Order: sequence, then structure tokens, then C-alpha cells
Amino acid sequence: MKTVTNEISKACSVIPGKMALPNQYFAGRVGSRFIISLRDSKKILGVKCPKCKTVYVPPMECCQKDMTKIDENWVELGDTGVLVNYTVVNYRDAHLPRKTPYILGMIQMDGAEATLVHLVEGVDPQNVKIGMRVKVVFAGKTTNTILDIDHFEPIEE
Amino acid sequence: MSQKKNRNVGIAGIGMTEISSHKENQNQPEMINEAVRAALADAGIALRDIDCVIHGNMELFEMVHQPDMWHVIGTGALEKPSFRITTGGTTGMTLIAAADNLVASGMYDIVMAIGFNKLQEAGSTTGGITNMADALWYRHLQTGALTSTSANVTIEEIGEERARRAAMKYRIMMDKHACLNERAHRRLGLEYDQIENLMKNSPPLIGELRLIHMCSQSDGACAMILASEEKAKKISKKPVWIRDHIAIHREETASNAYFPILSENSHRVAARKLFARNGITNPIEYFDVFEMYDPSAWWGIEWLRDFLLLDGDQVIKMVEDGEFDLDGKLPVNPSGGVTASNPISATAMLKPAEVALQMRGDAGRHQLKREVKHGLASGFGGVMWTELMILEKDLDWQGDNNG
Repeated sequence: MKTVTNEISKACSVIPGKMALPNQYFAGRVGSRFIISLRDSKKILGVKCPKCKTVYVPPMECCQKDMTKIDENWVELGDTGVLVNYTVVNYRDAHLPRKTPYILGMIQMDGAEATLVHLVEGVDPQNVKIGMRVKVVFAGKTTNTILDIDHFEPIEE
Repeated sequence: MSQKKNRNVGIAGIGMTEISSHKENQNQPEMINEAVRAALADAGIALRDIDCVIHGNMELFEMVHQPDMWHVIGTGALEKPSFRITTGGTTGMTLIAAADNLVASGMYDIVMAIGFNKLQEAGSTTGGITNMADALWYRHLQTGALTSTSANVTIEEIGEERARRAAMKYRIMMDKHACLNERAHRRLGLEYDQIENLMKNSPPLIGELRLIHMCSQSDGACAMILASEEKAKKISKKPVWIRDHIAIHREETASNAYFPILSENSHRVAARKLFARNGITNPIEYFDVFEMYDPSAWWGIEWLRDFLLLDGDQVIKMVEDGEFDLDGKLPVNPSGGVTASNPISATAMLKPAEVALQMRGDAGRHQLKREVKHGLASGFGGVMWTELMILEKDLDWQGDNNG
């Protein structure tokens, strides 16, 4: 944190602060089933709207279009998909998950409509292309979060 | 001076989740969705009939930012006008006040207001409140929302023994009401013969404030649908009318209790102004029920005096005489109040919701035996601000005796 040292600030106190607040997040039935399946069986689950047939991964309780309840209609997906968009993260900050530069991708899993945001590795940021086929690389250690998928990497074809 | 409205506004739908200490089975939008579905079912309308959705919770408590956006999947605000309101403890009632204003103004015909908190996810609400307090004056000194000021003031006025008894009697009365409310969070089954024991043995928190006096931390959501008179009559068999509401803001610290620079607290100012502009001279006679935001039993007994414009020990006497019981002169918190259930930003919405259910005769086991025609509901936020609302069963207040 920079300290301001002009004439006015000499007479004005600046109090540094840092918040440390413990908290927890209840994933709910739907989110928990996804994470438990990912963690214990390395299987990626989605939910399919029985009305409009949209497949959501990550899964959700209701269809976004009209709030139809879809949380009972689970489908199992493979571990492959298509990179439908991406961006390269260049700035550095303590909260980022990887050393920059790294690729943040939007992946449409095969069989799903909704897209999943995740890291893409194993390809140079200069060579990454929309439309690339990618597959899941599972994490060695579980964190009970979406980072149980460590990253996606290109499929050699 | 009465509040002029373009048109009347009615409560056409009410939905709430059960209030409990934790809800692992639902994430935040899923819990909200349960209340939304219940409100729509209660009104007998569909999401497409809602013109605008307003959403609120305490800032920081769920540690998720901009919940009005993340929660669209639960609120149903997809492609609708929607915004978030966060005014601390008063959030729930500010939402209803805002919905009333939005409909009364003619901006929208049907507005859905949603208040929620999942305090078990917050982990440390006291930490949150303290961390967000002014860094120079209060952050290092504040004790969250816990205070003994009310207790100290009451004790100074009427003596230790009588004050402690009255506060504990009030607390047990609230629990008795809560025990009849199947949605209430804490239903302890307290009896009046436990007064002495609890006065001595309930764990002390701050000064005279003991654990038993203090409100719970709860998870829950409430959704209410407000509609113009024309639409409310069409939608609902039993619309309940929002007659008037007032918000009074103060920055009042503990010192004001002892060195009153301002002679009245925000509750008394709100009550005085609201009753005056509605021609209500005797609130105890006029109202059939009062749902009060009572974060602790000590605040409960002190604030009743302010809201009902009483003086001296009149309010203590009424507590002692059971005048605020379900069959008393003015039933207070048939829901069991905030000491029983406190999903904070749903809490202040549960107050008008409970009054409306009482008016409709739909309250359940804690339904009052008397006919409920005129109701009062309050919301509170620290450092001392007030929302106060008058609700009516019938659209007949615009007659002679009301200004």
C-alpha cells in the first residue's frame, strides 16, 4: 500500500485495514452432487432440462430460461469438449491461481450447451485457438471445489 | 402532511421458507427460489406477471458479492428490471417500502420483493459488523450488534430486579409465541417459572445482556408480491393494504443514551410522525397486532415504550400484566419475534408478512383470536435507524378521521 505524502496528507491520518472473516459456503444438493461425483468418481455430471433439452454444466436447480425444475434430470458427460472462447491473463495479483501468463478458457463439454470456465494448459498462449478440442486433467489432490479439475489441455489429434 | 400516494398498494402474495439454523441442502439462490415459488403460488400468478424484482441482504454476510445478479436463477428476475437494496437490519422492510413506492408511483403494477440471509454461511456476523465499522472511531471498539445499553437505561430507571424480571418475562413470552409458529427457528419451550434461573444462569454476553436475551442467527428467505389496488383485488382473495410507512435515520451511538443530544430515539420519532400524519392518537387502542423487530429482550421492552409512545414504567407494567400476550390488549410478535428467528434481511420483511397473514387469518397455530384489522410492523438497523409501517385489512382509512 502506498503512503501519500503531500502537504495535505501530513495532517490527515490514513488507517490501514485488513479484513479476515471466516465463512463457509453451502453448496446445496445440486452443487454437492456435482462435486462429489467429480471428487470420488472423476465423472462430470450435468442436468438436462426436460422441456427445452438444454444441458447445464455446472448443474443448476432450475432452467435459466423459464425456471423449470431440472435438478432431478442428471446426465453423465465425458471428459472432452471444445474451447469456445478464451482469454490470456497477463497481470499479476496474489489471488490468481497460476503464474501469469495463463489461459482462461470457456469450455463447452461434449453433450452440453452451457459452458464451463476453467484453466487451459499444455498450449502456448500464442498458439491457443477457438474451436480446439480439449480434455479434462483431474487434480491429484481434492479441494472439494471446481479445482478438482486441475485444468483442460488440448487433445492431440 | 399525510403521505400522498397516486394509488393504493396491496400485498397479494407471501412466501417464506422455514427459518432454521442451517440449510446445507440449498445454496443461496435455491433457498430464495423456495420462497419465490411459495409467494407466486400464494398469489396464484406466474413469474411472467411480475414487472420488477427487488432483492436484498446484509452486505458481506454471505461473502458473495452482488447477490442480485448471482441469484437471478433463484429470484426469477431474468430480463426484468431488478435491483438490490441493502440497508442493514432494516433491509427486509426497506424492500417492502421500496416495492410500495414503486407500485404506488405507477412505475410498475406488480413488484416482488425478496429478503434473505444465510447466516450460517457467514460464520461471523459480529466480525463482519465490527470489521465494517468506522475505522477511526469504532472498528477497534465495537462489539458487533451486542449491547447492554438498553438494559442499563432500563435498570437505572426502574431498578435491577424489576427490570431483569420484565426483560426475562418478555423473552419467555416471545418463546411461547414462537412455540406456536411452525416456521420459527428457536422454539425452546420456556416457562415463566424459569425466570429466576435464567436471570442468574444464562451465559452473560455483555453487561446485563445474556445469551437467552439475544436473537438467533438464522437461515431463511421471504418473498412478497405487492400490487396496485386494481391488480391486487384481481389476484388475491384477501389483499392486505399498506397504508403508510416511514424511515428515520440516525447515527446514534451508545453515548446518546446517557447524554441525549437528541431527546428521542429513531423509533419514537418514527412513531410520533407516522401516527400524527395518520390521525392515530392512541396506538395501543388502534392496533390489533404489532410485529416488532426486537433483536434482544432488553431492546424489546425499551422499544415497545418508544413505538407505543409510552412514558415512565407504563410499558413495564404492561409486560408484567401480560398485555402483550396473544390475548392481551396489544399482541406483540405472535410470530415469536427476532429472538426466535433472525435471517436478518428476511427478518424485517417477516414483520409485515406476519401482520398480513394475521389479517388474512392464515397465520396458523399462532393466529390471534381477535379480528386483526389494523397492524403495525417495525424494522431496525444499527446504529439506530427505523422503518415503521401501518397495514390495514380494509381500504377504509381514507375516511373522516384520517388525514
